[in-house]
Amino acid sequence: MSAFFAILTRDIKLTARSFGDLLTLILFFVMIGVIVPFAIGPDKTLLARLAPGIVWIAAFLSSLLALDRLFRADMEDGSLLAFRHATISLETITFAKLIAHWLSSALPLIVATPVLAVMLNMDMTVFWRTIYSLILGTPALTAFGAVGAAITVSLRRGGLIAPVLILPLSVPILIFGVSAISANAGPNAETAAQLFLAGISIVSFVFAPFAAALALKLSQE
Amino acid sequence: MPVRQLEVTGLTCVRAEREVFSDVTFSVKSGEAILLRGPNGAGKTSLLMCLASYLPIASGTLTWNGRDPEQRPGEDMHYVGHQSAIKPSLSVAENLAFWANINGGHPDLVPDVLLAARLDHAANLEAMLLSAGQLRRLALARLLVSPRPIWLLDEPTSALDAQGAAWVEQMIDKHLQNGGFVIAATHLDLALQNSPQIKTIMLRGAK
Repeated sequence: MSAFFAILTRDIKLTARSFGDLLTLILFFVMIGVIVPFAIGPDKTLLARLAPGIVWIAAFLSSLLALDRLFRADMEDGSLLAFRHATISLETITFAKLIAHWLSSALPLIVATPVLAVMLNMDMTVFWRTIYSLILGTPALTAFGAVGAAITVSLRRGGLIAPVLILPLSVPILIFGVSAISANAGPNAETAAQLFLAGISIVSFVFAPFAAALALKLSQE
Repeated sequence: MPVRQLEVTGLTCVRAEREVFSDVTFSVKSGEAILLRGPNGAGKTSLLMCLASYLPIASGTLTWNGRDPEQRPGEDMHYVGHQSAIKPSLSVAENLAFWANINGGHPDLVPDVLLAARLDHAANLEAMLLSAGQLRRLALARLLVSPRPIWLLDEPTSALDAQGAAWVEQMIDKHLQNGGFVIAATHLDLALQNSPQIKTIMLRGAK
């Protein structure tokens, strides 16, 4: 097995074995969708209008929750140091870890979205658009989050600082993510938003491994 | 293995604006071992981390000869430090096979190496159940599943019993015979310290 797939399968296996963490993540995501309707009140049309925003806020907050485990465990048990001697570069390793992290923290949220759709009174078109926009946008959330997690990995309470760092970077994802679901502006606004979202995801997923690997190298000095 | 040589002259390391050690000079080539001695805080680990280029060098030179220019620096090297780099929720064999894959080694060697490390009975146990000594054996087993010429070992025998320490000695001995080289920080007297190809360096730390 190549080193790249070894990282990928190890990280997925580790998530699968700590099933409690995964369940917490999904429950947190669903919980936001459950409490917001109670807070807003029984106004179905208002709820349906707010639904895209609520889904994206839930996805963003849940992705922050999972962020800390991306590099911290590897830092604490010395795996990060040992990765310097791997046959593949730290950038490639980070890329593999990003893919594994997306599969094990963003994909479960997308799978849990139908529950939110029911709670938020979405119709079928909006539901499919939501799934589509989450698939296009969450890789960017993972990528920006990874950079934040890498920068704060050597800090004891980095879990609180990383969200502050990546919040400004995540704003465009939220804007385009929501407008990819509920486009009222023009005839092709949702397609444009989807393209922007995909663009941000591709660019950030390509550059994040370099930035994160650099931060990880510097953190060890 | 091609002959590799390391020359260190006047090496000084500064961490957090404090001089950890200064003016360390030595050279080592394939088939030789260096033992780093010195009291706690003398900079043994920092020196190893400098050699592995985890830490920047404040002054002095560090020259490697005979390294494969096609390889990235670090790819011909193993570093085993205080941290075991072992995932508690993976089994012993899975952990070892993972590092064999990452380091371009031979995952099919895993059963043999576990037998040599006396961990064969625990191969399918989760690594969180291992004792400190067993963890150390597993961390050191990483050296054997992917052969590489340069070993940097930080306290390789800590937490090991007498039999384990003998295993490490044997391992280092065999590695030297195969033309590898070892730089190890240790408080213990390794039995091969009497062998001619072993040099000892005393670190005194910063004044």
